[in-house]
Amino acid sequence: MAKRWYRRDDKAKKSLLSDRLFRFGAAAAGAYVLAVILVIALQLGIESMPIWEEEGLGFITGTDWNSVPGRESFGAFPYVLGTLITSAIALAIGFPLSIGIAMLVMIMPKRLGQPLGYLVELIEAVPSVVFGLWGLFVFRIYFRDYVERPLHDAFGDTIYLFGGTPFGLDIMTASIILAIMIIPTISSISREVMMAVPHQQKEAAYMLGSTTFEMFRMAIFPYSKAGLLGASMLGLGRAVGETMAVTMLIGNTIGARAIPQSLFDSSQTMSSIIANEFIEASPVSIHLPALIGIGLILLAVGLGVNAAASFLVARMVKINKGVMH
Amino acid sequence: MREGRPLSLVDRQQKRAEIRAMFKSNVKRRLMVDKAVMGTVVACAVVAIVPLLWILGTAVYYGIPALNWEFLTAAPGAVGAGQISIGPAIQGTLIIIGLTSVIGLPIGVMGGIYLAEFGGNSMLARVVRFYMDVFMHMPSIVLGIFAFLAIVLFLGYYTVWAGAIALSMIMFPIVARSTEESLRMVPWTYREAGAALGLSKMAITLRIVLSQAKKGILTGILLSISRVGGETAPLIMTILGSNIFFEGFASSMDALPLRIWRLSLQPYDEARVAGWGAALTLIIIIFAIHVGVRYFFLRDKSGKGLSGALRLRRGVG
Repeated sequence: MAKRWYRRDDKAKKSLLSDRLFRFGAAAAGAYVLAVILVIALQLGIESMPIWEEEGLGFITGTDWNSVPGRESFGAFPYVLGTLITSAIALAIGFPLSIGIAMLVMIMPKRLGQPLGYLVELIEAVPSVVFGLWGLFVFRIYFRDYVERPLHDAFGDTIYLFGGTPFGLDIMTASIILAIMIIPTISSISREVMMAVPHQQKEAAYMLGSTTFEMFRMAIFPYSKAGLLGASMLGLGRAVGETMAVTMLIGNTIGARAIPQSLFDSSQTMSSIIANEFIEASPVSIHLPALIGIGLILLAVGLGVNAAASFLVARMVKINKGVMH
Repeated sequence: MREGRPLSLVDRQQKRAEIRAMFKSNVKRRLMVDKAVMGTVVACAVVAIVPLLWILGTAVYYGIPALNWEFLTAAPGAVGAGQISIGPAIQGTLIIIGLTSVIGLPIGVMGGIYLAEFGGNSMLARVVRFYMDVFMHMPSIVLGIFAFLAIVLFLGYYTVWAGAIALSMIMFPIVARSTEESLRMVPWTYREAGAALGLSKMAITLRIVLSQAKKGILTGILLSISRVGGETAPLIMTILGSNIFFEGFASSMDALPLRIWRLSLQPYDEARVAGWGAALTLIIIIFAIHVGVRYFFLRDKSGKGLSGALRLRRGVG
């Protein structure tokens, strides 16, 4: 891979100063990302120290959220839970849809598949806050009247998940908007991963007389399993980090009430509580450190999920390069 | 092994017919399953595309009536007192995109050059590449917290730079990775030809390789600008939002995404209409940057005219 295209014998050591500077500058710009991650983690750790000293690890499991001076008590558990639930539902809805779209783009003639691919990727270009606006003023109304209310009326008493009072600003609405938002990420990565399956595999499946679906099932899915998992993790990472659309739709309850009892309950996620309260939090109380602490948890979750995803996807693409070239 | 006599001709024909029948009925079922799956797959695409068109349609439908000269250029008046305008927000969005690019693009492009030209497969390059991918999808609000702590709290006032630095952290990994990918597509012979002419590595990279990879790099830059332009979360705690026009770098500033969010929190109908107007404006600005950059920098190369200019990302499908 790393074939050196310039001479590197002793006489070449006296390379130009500008060249050495250029090389150093490039390396510094590359290493910048490592420094930034380190500094962010350190800074969030240091600045959130007061809350860890005050609450200990109970900060993660606690459910209180009281910023009244003198009675401050903070626990992040409801918001961690809110993030996990909304992201999980979003992934459960978005992942099958994305795989379906990736399959469709693969089997369609290029003339049709390419525009469809662009159209799906256009979803990614719509700002998150516009998604939120649409969810808040348009989607929520229809969803509440035509999906949530009927479900609640029919099953509200028997099925625990459909209890609560459908209001539109709840876990379900936020999750569905999230699901739409993560579709472009998952579908473009999973298409890339499925394209990486060697042609021989597909041709062999077709030669055995399989239908298109059987070709996917026999040749493509088993081969690209790890990459598809990576794609879904990337989607999960996107859902975990998404702020504005969720903040506008989840209802923003705080404290123990943010622990949802049903799909139609208001809640709060880690990113939404930061967005809602960060500006009002006083830097001298432990309210601000509490929010920074939540930011630290969010950073850890984001790093973990995205690292796993990058690892899985990179391995898949590497396999592809080994086989195809 | 040999039980009984070999099958008679009649038996053999019968057996063959049986197998064929079985195979045929199975084929029917398999084809049905295949058709059902293909139908589902098409439905998936429809389910994803409908919200997109719905959002764009709504933005145009509610946004167009809101757009007029005063709405776009004046500063917002008192809430509930007639005209809500988004002049400062438009100005702020353009300023923040520009500043972010000033910080983020050099780091991104240089990082990409390092990964493609110098790093190779070395340990550092592999680590950098991995963390670029990880950092690209970081929760953006965390970057806002970082900029708030490192800059706003440190200086003691809200500043435009804090917002730009936070957003540049979203921008540079995207630019770096797409730059790397495009540089890798430039054939090695180009570099060798440059070296044979006695050019320095810097000249080879900047004058030959980079210009060959221009198209891919610009596409990555556009992608990052559309991400940054719509980003709201890190701006909440860095530039805060404001009702007045730009007043210098050492003060708070408005931006369209922030303004849309603030408008959505207000219970007035006119705020809602203004919100849609602002959303439409934001979409138009991002779209205009796309088409504009493509038109001025990438014209004629592909020969695909407008359809080439409208393309979002290279190498799809």
